[in-house]
Order: sequence, then structure tokens, then C-alpha cells
Amino acid sequence: MNDLLTKAPAAAPVRLAEAGGIIPSVPAVDIEAHGVTKRFGDTPVFEDVSFRLARGEAVALVGANGTGKSTLLRCLMGLIPASDGRVTVLGTDPSAAKMAEMRALRARMGLVSQKHNLVPRLSVLSNVVHGLLGQRPGVRHWSHSLAPTASRDAATLALEKVGLADFAQRRADRLSGGQSQRVAIARAIVGQPEILIADEPCASLDPAAGEDVMDLFFKLAREEGVTVVFTSHNIEHALKYGDRLLGLAEGRLKLDATAASVSASDLRGLYD
Amino acid sequence: MTDHALPARYERPSALAFLGYASGLTLIVWCLAGAGFSIDKMMSAPPRFADFLDRAFPPNTDPQTLARLGWKMVETLQIAVAGAVIGVILSIPVALLAARGLVAGIWVNQIVRNILGFIRAVPDIAWALVFVVAVGLGPFAGMLAIAVDTVGFCGRFFADDMEGAEKGPAESLTATGARKLDVVACATIPAALPAFISTSLFALEKAVRSSTILGLVGAGGIGIELKVGFDLFDYPTAMSVILMIAVVVIAIEQLSGWTRTKIIGEQR
Repeated sequence: MNDLLTKAPAAAPVRLAEAGGIIPSVPAVDIEAHGVTKRFGDTPVFEDVSFRLARGEAVALVGANGTGKSTLLRCLMGLIPASDGRVTVLGTDPSAAKMAEMRALRARMGLVSQKHNLVPRLSVLSNVVHGLLGQRPGVRHWSHSLAPTASRDAATLALEKVGLADFAQRRADRLSGGQSQRVAIARAIVGQPEILIADEPCASLDPAAGEDVMDLFFKLAREEGVTVVFTSHNIEHALKYGDRLLGLAEGRLKLDATAASVSASDLRGLYD
Repeated sequence: MTDHALPARYERPSALAFLGYASGLTLIVWCLAGAGFSIDKMMSAPPRFADFLDRAFPPNTDPQTLARLGWKMVETLQIAVAGAVIGVILSIPVALLAARGLVAGIWVNQIVRNILGFIRAVPDIAWALVFVVAVGLGPFAGMLAIAVDTVGFCGRFFADDMEGAEKGPAESLTATGARKLDVVACATIPAALPAFISTSLFALEKAVRSSTILGLVGAGGIGIELKVGFDLFDYPTAMSVILMIAVVVIAIEQLSGWTRTKIIGEQR
């Protein structure tokens, strides 16, 4: 499995300078992990994980159950601290950030979870308005009824982007799985995040709905030039939607390569 | 047929288990003795009870008496509803402080939980006595007693409901950078709302039952009529009060159950 690492290690993409268009520029790094280790008690989940993700990259994080993909995502978002090592996200170290800095950082990110995590009894529009709470805290964003017009407009626009503007008033628990995940995407993008993190976004959906959700998610992400990190057990999705693949196995980062340089059979090696 | 010997139907208890059973039995006997349990009185009670029923039936159906009792019952319901509503409203901020991992630290959680435990430990009739001293005789003292009792009940259960609410929506809102208070208001409370409604309706039922006896200590409501009925040996009127209380309490329980089903379905 170690030989996977030698397959075309992901190089930082080269962008042309805006003026002149011929000078290669060093791309901005949105996420950097250096020697990151996470343990629960004495049990290590993963150790010494290092990578740098450039702005605009779509990165698939793959690996078998229990390898720590979701845990790594939570470390990146500062939802749980890393045990060792350093994480830098948009120039901020979540573990060293004060609460206000942490909230400001999270407000620049969006999260889509496997279980959608909508508030079931509230309307679709209120759920999407909640996506603005990081940027605009307070009572007025507790419900769409109280929200300022600008926030309602932003939420409606986000719903339009996911094709659910007509469902704005519907209760979230009256939606199908695919619709719920689209609303979760709308909530994640309503604040125009710089980084989108998706934890197995179509794991609870049937294949067709999963495909739709992934198509939509990456269409929106690429339109906005957002950096995306997503986990998936679906090897085809990882290869289709990821520019780059990071593979966790045996508690280590075993793969860091461009999607073009690995095959499905290579990825299956991570699950052996 | 098996070659193995069948296990014994009953296992011989260990010495420690035997000691435990014996201690439990002794405790029960000791409690019965302390409670004045008497076979003689048990045997003589049915004739006396029959005598009471004979003197209490038929209940007093005099229109003037029924009108007076009716108004007292209305006052009882007013005490119960007002006290329960105020108690439920006050319970929400108290529960936020009592719930672990939400808005307050562990020390605040523990202190608030201990205060709620104290409130529950004091019976509602004792709270009524305290408030009669504090604000004087009448329904206001009863309403305050019900409100405090409801805070003790709902504060604890609301806190438990919020602690047990699904964490996913709260985590998703936390990931947007939302403040703790916003997360609680937008994710935790809506997730716990069905349980809040159910607990509140139980609190209302409890308040109605409690409010019927607060009058015994002068805290308003129909309880005073019951006391006067028994004190004056006016058993038909006392029976009218008992039947009226039973009808109202059962009706409130039915209404509460129906409302619970209508609003939150089968969820608890």
C-alpha cells in the first residue's frame, strides 16, 4: 500500500498571475495539517498526518471505517482538538484560537453531514437562515420570520441554487432524504464559505439521489471556487469529484495523490 | 435425552444474598409497624367505610351548593393553569442552567440541579403553607406554590430532555460559527420541544391534582370546601366535592392526553 504514495504525489496547482498571465504563483493554502495525531484515551485513531490543501481544490478523504476520516474533518473544523501536531485553516490554528476567533473561522466554512442534521420541526427556510448564524448572530436569525430581508433573500437564493425554493415553507421533517441533503447544502453555502466540508454526504441516500446530490454539491463548489474536503466510501465518487485523494489506513496517511494518477483498484487497496 | 444433569430449578442463595433478602424483609416489617399497620383496624374499616358511604350518598345536589362548589372549582383550575404556565415559562431558563454541556459550566449545572432537587423534596402543600405566610391566605399563595412546584418538576425534566436531544443539528450549527445561545435556541430547544410539551402537560395534570387540596391550608381552591364538609360532618357535600374533583381531574388527564397526541403524535 505504501507504493500508492509514490503515484504522482499531488503537486500544488499552478495558477497564472492575473496580470500578465505568465508568472506562476504560489497558490494560497487553505488547510495545512502538520504531524496531526488524534487519540481517544490511549487509543490512537491516526498519527502523524500531514498535508496542504490549496484554495479551490476538491479533496476526497478515503479509507475504511474507523480510520478516522470523520475525526480528521472534526479536527479541521476545530470541533474536537488534535492530540498532537498542528492544524492551520485559513491562517488560523483552531486549537489555539480564542472562542471568538474560532467562531469567525467556522463562519468561513460550511459543513454537510451524512445525516443532514436539519432541525426537523422548523421550516426549510429557517434551517437555511441558521447557516448565517456564524456571521450574523442573534435572535433575528433564529427563525426566517424574524430575519432581515437580506438574510431571507440570501437563504432563498441558496434554496434556488439547490432547486428547492418552492419548499421554503415546508417543515424539514416532511422532506425526502435527497431533499433534506439539498437543504443541508443550501445551509452550508448560504454564508458563501471559503471551505466546504462534507462528511459522507450521500451515505444515507439511494444511489440516484446520492449522484444528484454529489453533482449539485460539486457544481456549486466549483462555481464559487470553494475548497472542498469530503469523505466517501464510494470509490467512483472519490475519483469523479476529487481533484486529489487522501487515503487513511492503519492509522496513517497512506495515500496523497491526484485523482488522475490513481485507479479504482489502487483505492480498493486502502480497504484491504 | 441429554447426558448432562438438569440444572436445579432453584438456586440456593449465597449467604450475602440471603442477608440482603432478610434485611429487606425486616425493613418492610419495620415500616409497616411504624405506619401503625393493624389487622384489627383493617377488619373493622369496611363497615365504617360503608357507614360513611351510607351517610355521604346521595351527594349534595342543591343548586346553590353546586353553584358555590362550581365557582370554587373554577378558581381551582385558575390556580392550576396560572401556576403551571408561570412555572413552565420559568423552567426554561432554569433548565438551560441545569443542563450539562449547554450554556453554563459544570458547577452552575450542579448547583441549579441541587436547588431543583430541594424544590421537589418540599411537598406542594408545604410550599402553600410558606406562601400563605408570605402573601396571606387565598388563591395567590396557591398559585405561587404550584408555580414553584412546577419549576422543580419541569426544570429537571426540561434539562434532561435537552441533554438527551439529538446532537447532530446542534453540531451543524456550531460548525457554522453560531454562539452557544443561538445553537441552543435554534437546534437544542426545537429538538427537545416534543418532550417539553409532554412534560408541560404532565405538569398541568399534576398542578390540577395539587390545586384541589391547597385549600386545606388556606391557599385557595375547592380544598377548603372539602375540609369544611368533613369538619361539619356534612358528608353529602364532601362527597359532591370529591366527585367534582374526580370528574375534573379525569377530564384534564383525558384532554392532556388528547392534546399530547395531537401536537406531538406518539413521541415523548
